[in-house]
Amino acid sequence: MTVLRKSRAALGVGLAVALLATGCGGSDAEDDGRITLNVGLFGTFGFEEAGLYDEYMELNPDIRIEETSVERSADYYRTLQTRLAANSGLADVQGIEIGFVADLTENHADAFVDFAALDGADETLGHFYDWKVEPATSEDGRVIGLGTDAGPEGMCYRRDLFEQAGLPTDRDELSALWADWDGYLELGRRYAAAPGRAEGTSFVDSPASIFSAAVYQGEFAYADEDGQPIPDTSDGVQAAWEDASAAAEEGLTAGLTQFGDEWNSAFANGGFATVACPAWMLGYITSQAGDDASGQWDVATLPGGSTNWGGSWLGVPESAEHREEAIARVQWLTAPEQQIKMFTREAHFPSSRVAAEDPEVSGATNEYFNGAPVGQIFGQAAAELRFTPISRYDTQIQEAFSSALTNVATQDTSPDDAFDEAMTEIEDIVG
Amino acid sequence: MTIASDEPQVASIAAPSVLPGKRRRTSRLTRNRWGYAYVAPFFVLFACFSLYPFLYTAWISLHDVDLGDVDGAQWVGLANYSDLLSNEFFWNAARNTLTIGVLSTVPQLAMALGLAHLLNYSLRGRTFFRVAMLLPYATSIAAATLVFGQLFGRDYGLINAGLEAVGFDRVDWEGGSWSSQLAISVIVIWRWTGYNALIYLAAMQAIPEDLYEAAALDGASKWKQFLHVTVPGLRPTILFTIVVSTIGAVQLFGEPLLFSGNGTTNGGSSNQYQTLGLLMYDQGWTNFHLGQAAATAWAMFLIILVVVGGWALLARCRARAER
Repeated sequence: MTVLRKSRAALGVGLAVALLATGCGGSDAEDDGRITLNVGLFGTFGFEEAGLYDEYMELNPDIRIEETSVERSADYYRTLQTRLAANSGLADVQGIEIGFVADLTENHADAFVDFAALDGADETLGHFYDWKVEPATSEDGRVIGLGTDAGPEGMCYRRDLFEQAGLPTDRDELSALWADWDGYLELGRRYAAAPGRAEGTSFVDSPASIFSAAVYQGEFAYADEDGQPIPDTSDGVQAAWEDASAAAEEGLTAGLTQFGDEWNSAFANGGFATVACPAWMLGYITSQAGDDASGQWDVATLPGGSTNWGGSWLGVPESAEHREEAIARVQWLTAPEQQIKMFTREAHFPSSRVAAEDPEVSGATNEYFNGAPVGQIFGQAAAELRFTPISRYDTQIQEAFSSALTNVATQDTSPDDAFDEAMTEIEDIVG
Repeated sequence: MTIASDEPQVASIAAPSVLPGKRRRTSRLTRNRWGYAYVAPFFVLFACFSLYPFLYTAWISLHDVDLGDVDGAQWVGLANYSDLLSNEFFWNAARNTLTIGVLSTVPQLAMALGLAHLLNYSLRGRTFFRVAMLLPYATSIAAATLVFGQLFGRDYGLINAGLEAVGFDRVDWEGGSWSSQLAISVIVIWRWTGYNALIYLAAMQAIPEDLYEAAALDGASKWKQFLHVTVPGLRPTILFTIVVSTIGAVQLFGEPLLFSGNGTTNGGSSNQYQTLGLLMYDQGWTNFHLGQAAATAWAMFLIILVVVGGWALLARCRARAER
C-alpha cells in the first residue's frame, strides 16, 4: 500500500482500475499473519448464517474465512469448469452440487483431494449415508468431496385447499392413500372434480414435480451403472413419464415451470395444492408463501417410495493454496455436530446418518408446516434411500423431459409427441 | 443487443485528426509516435480480448471439444459445421432470431425516427424528454427483463390482468411461440428506441434549416418536409442504425435467456424463443459441446457479415442510382 501512496496519482488510479478489472480485491491488505481460506460456493449453503464460520475462526484464531457465493449453481458450475480447465483461479474450498458431481468425478476427479486416501478416512466417511458418498466417488475410488446437506423428499400439501375440496387432511391418512403414484393421481382426480375446489387452483404445481421425484424411484433413472445416459430404456423414466404425462394430460397440474416467477407467485396466491418437496424446499415454501399461509401447509411421505433431490458436497482442489487447512475445515464443517447445527439453525437436512439419527434432528417438528414431524418424515426417507446411478447429463435430460411435460400441460401436445420431442432434444444434448 | 454494437461510432469519433506541424526529415513512425502510443492500448486490448478469442474460437470449432476436458480435443475438420446445417435446433434458432429481429428492429427504428422528429421541434422541457428516452438504454438488461418477465406472467402478470379486465382471454406469453417472441421484441424495442432516436436527432440537427425554409416556400407540408428533406438527409444515419440493430438482433442473448425466469438455457419448453446466441450458450455451457458452440458462433459471425454486406451493397446501389 505504501507504494501506492507514494506513486503519482495517475499511476495509482491506473493500478486501482487494473485491480478492479482483474477482480483482485486486496484480500491480503490487512496482513495480520492469518491465513485466508477462500471458499467458493453457490446459492445458500448457510454456513455463515448459521455462525459456523465465526465458530471455526474462534477455534482456529490463525484462520480467516472468506466466502464468495454465486446465486445460481448453474452459473457457478460454468465458472468452476472454466477454472478447472485452466487450472487457475480455484478457491481453497469449492462447493459441489449434485447436478454436476457426476461430471467432476468423471472428468476432474484428479483435480480434487481424495478424502478416502487421507488418514482416518473411515471415520471421516463412515458417518455419512452410503448414498451420499457414492455419487462423489470416482470410478477408481477417489472421494472428491464430503457431503453437506441432502434432499430426501416428501409431499407437501395445502390443508386448506384439501379441506375445501373435501379431501382428507391428516398426513398419516394421506401418506397411506398416496402410498404409490396411482393413489396420488386418484386423489388428484378427486380434487379436480370436487365442486368445492377453490377456483383456479390445481392439484399439483407441475408435471415435473411428479416426474423428477418418480424417475429416481426406478432401478435406473437417466444413467446406467457406468454413468452412461440411457433415458429411452430406463424403468424409472418409463414409469415416471406415464404418471406425469397422465397428470399433465388430464389437467391435474398448474403447468408451471418450477423456480420461475409464476411458480413463486403461485405459492403466495395458493395456486396449487401439492408439490413434491425435498427437505430444503420447506424453507423456500415458507419464504414464498409468506406468513399468511403459516399452518396451512403440511408434509406427508412421498408416493412411490423414497428419493433424494439436491444436496451438495465440499471439495478441496489439489492446487488449493492452503490445502491442509482447507481439508481440516471441510472435515469439521461436515462432521455430525455441525450438520446438526445446520439443521436446527438453517433447516438443512443432514447427509450424515449419525447426525440425522440424533434426537435433535429426528425429533424436530416444523411449526409453519402445521407442526409436522419433519425430522422423522425426512429421516425415514433418508434411511430408506438407495443410490441411483447418475450421469453428468441428468440435469439437462430432466430439463428436456420437464419441458416436454410442460407442453403436454399447457400447449395440448400429445404425450407421445412430447416424448419424441424430449428424445430428440436429449439426443442433441448427449451428442 | 450488446454494448459492442456502438463501437464503430465511437471509433470514428475518436480517430485523431493529424495536426499540421513542421515538416521534419524523420520517418513517419517517429513523427507520429504519440499517435501510435495513444491508439496502442486499444489495439493491444483488441488483440488480447477480441482477435485471439476470435481465432481460438475458429480453431475450437474444428474440434470435438468437451467443456469438461478441453485438453482432450479431437480434430474433426468441418464436421461441426455440417452437423449444424443438419441440426433442427440450429434452424429453429435461426428462424426465431430472424422473426424476433424483424419484430423488434422494424418498429424500433420507425418509432425512433418519429420520436426524433417530434423532439426536433422546440418543445418545452425537451432536455427532460431526451434524457428520459435514454433511460431504458441505461437500465441493465437483467433488471429490465426480470420486470418484463413478471409483467408478461401467465397467471399473475399485470398485462394478462389488464387483458382480462377488458374482456380478453389470458395469453400464455412465455409458453406460446408468437407471444413469447413478441414479448421479447417488446423488451428490445423498449430498450433501444430512445437510443436510436437520439442518434437520429443528432443527425437531424445537422440538416441545414434553409432546406426546410425552401421547402416551406414551395408549399411543402410538415409531412412532406419530413419525407423529402429529413429522411434523405438521414440516410447514412439510418443505414448505420440498421446495421447496428441487425448485428444486435443476430446476437440477441440476454433477453431470451432471462425471459424464462428460472435460468434454463433452452429458450422455452419448445425452444420457441431460443435465439442463435442462446443456442450457442446452451450447446457450450449447458451441454458441454464447446466445438459445436464455436461453430455456431462462427455461423453467427458469417450471418452478420452477409446481412451487413447486403445492407452496404443495397445502400451503394441506391446511392449510385441517385447520382
